[in-house]
Amino acid sequence: MSVLTYGYAVWSPIVWLVVLLVLAAIVLYVRSRGQKRYKKGTAQTDIFISGIQVPPAEQRHVPAHNIYWGFFEALKGFYNTMMRPHTGIINDYILWLVAVMVVTVLVLVMVI
Amino acid sequence: MEYLTVHSPILIVAVPLLAAFITPLISRIGNKFRDTVNVSLLSFVTFLIVILTIDIYANGTRVYTLGASVPELALPENYMVPVRIMFQVDGISIFMGLTTTVVALAALVYSLQFVKNETGQDRFYSLFMLLYVGMIGLEFTGDMFNLFVFLEILSIAGAGLASYRVNMADAVEGGFKYIIISAVSALFVLFAIGILYSEYNLLSIAALAHSMQFTTLDLIALALLAIAFVMKLAGVPLHMWAPDTYAVAPAGITPMIYTSSAASMYALYRVTFTLYGGHFDTTAIGWVVIILGVLSMFIGVMMAIHQTDIKRLMAYHAISQSGYMLLGVGVGLAVLTDPVALANYGRDAMNGGIFHIINNALYKGMLFLTAEAIFFRIGTRDLNKMGGLGHNMKWTTIFFIIGALAISGIPPFNGFASKLLIYESVFRFNPLLSIIAMFVSLVTLASFTKVFYSAFTGPEMPAFKEVREVPRSMLIGMGIMVACIIFFSIFPGLVVDTIVAPATDALIDQASYINGVMGAVP
Repeated sequence: MSVLTYGYAVWSPIVWLVVLLVLAAIVLYVRSRGQKRYKKGTAQTDIFISGIQVPPAEQRHVPAHNIYWGFFEALKGFYNTMMRPHTGIINDYILWLVAVMVVTVLVLVMVI
Repeated sequence: MEYLTVHSPILIVAVPLLAAFITPLISRIGNKFRDTVNVSLLSFVTFLIVILTIDIYANGTRVYTLGASVPELALPENYMVPVRIMFQVDGISIFMGLTTTVVALAALVYSLQFVKNETGQDRFYSLFMLLYVGMIGLEFTGDMFNLFVFLEILSIAGAGLASYRVNMADAVEGGFKYIIISAVSALFVLFAIGILYSEYNLLSIAALAHSMQFTTLDLIALALLAIAFVMKLAGVPLHMWAPDTYAVAPAGITPMIYTSSAASMYALYRVTFTLYGGHFDTTAIGWVVIILGVLSMFIGVMMAIHQTDIKRLMAYHAISQSGYMLLGVGVGLAVLTDPVALANYGRDAMNGGIFHIINNALYKGMLFLTAEAIFFRIGTRDLNKMGGLGHNMKWTTIFFIIGALAISGIPPFNGFASKLLIYESVFRFNPLLSIIAMFVSLVTLASFTKVFYSAFTGPEMPAFKEVREVPRSMLIGMGIMVACIIFFSIFPGLVVDTIVAPATDALIDQASYINGVMGAVP
């Protein structure tokens, strides 16, 4: 029931879960052997940035538009091209429909 | 029980239709009474779907003819072709019906609290039930004209629901765009049906498939039908309406509209496999579907990762995930006339594509609900303004993590099982397609990591200190979907063997569908 069998391989989520549980047990064991001097709610848990005053919470969180900035910068050309057809204008959407329809009719009639 | 099984195809359509029309009346008694009636009726329909599913997997296709002395009698006396309105429910129809019903039940329960303080609730629930009727009717119908009728019902109800929050200008715009693209697509569908009717004097799908001559007009009708359905399912490059509509639809409705897109995908499969398949080389149309699938996967995910509006991001992912379904089933379609390739990998590719439909309806639907849960509590969809919500919305965070891991294809979740089937079988067809599919999964994971980091992690924001977890009915709605995701993740073999493989076989076996209606007619 749990094993997915197909032509050339099998997938068993139960085996995967068992492996995960074993790994989790090993991690917990290693953790239990670590330092025991940690004290919650003391200066030990304060944020330390080389002595700089820690900014307030809303300034410490990186906003979504900065995440993967380098990826988007590198692909600027791709995204500029992609943004162009996304006009938000319904007339353009319908034009796309007609264009794709014409191409499909031609492909089917000429190929088959 | 036998009576219920025999009449379940019509009851599954008629009960929610009745609920849609009595909702404004019973609202006068009280909102709680109306909600109880609607949830009870949809639960009853779920029960009917389950008994019909068991019946179909045990006994094969069920035909229900309206007005016949015996519902199973498809051909009237002295007639060679079916002329009555008919439902024909086979493996793929009931698979889609099951998917639609699970999503509808979860969405209805979720909506109870979400629209509690909104005006026009009776219209909301009426349209909700009509949307369900449109989807389930489209999935069960055995004739082309009623396919058009149900497509119209789901389009009109969907547009009304998308623009339900009329106080938001973009909601009205989203609903307007949805009705325009739906109306134009439906006109193309009607035009194609007109072409087929003028040629064959038939509307029954089985009878049309039986008589198909593959003239140039038939091919034009195929292109009209296929591309109209691709528009409705938001396949690239006809996807641009979807983010505009999905982003603004109320909670509970976005998963429903998304599932209605899956119903359009079903219609595409029904037309390409059942109506046209089996008689001509489907390689060309298979490749058209594959190319649309790859474009949808790649452009959908690349646009998604760029978004900062959480629902627009998820809408682009919905487009991307549709690409997997098109890819898997497209490969099956491309090798449909090659029995060796079909047996070696085509059927597995189709299993993967179809398994992905139900998986995606569950986790994508649930992710839409988590996005709306955030909007419900903080009043914005802008990821730039979010942060630290995991401190106060623990259940929503857990549900989001499960959905995000599942959609990214991380083992052991159900998304991994369906994607694995697609990767391995598509690799045998064309390795490049499989590599693109894996790359898309990586970007999907990166994209949801961005959402998780932006919305849920980080320090507790002063602006959101008072934010609390969403009400219980909304959690139950998400919980229903999470329960299904976990079940599907742990028992992929059971799901594929019992509901996915029969759905695939129903698509491949065109003769069985035709014989279900035409019997021994030569």
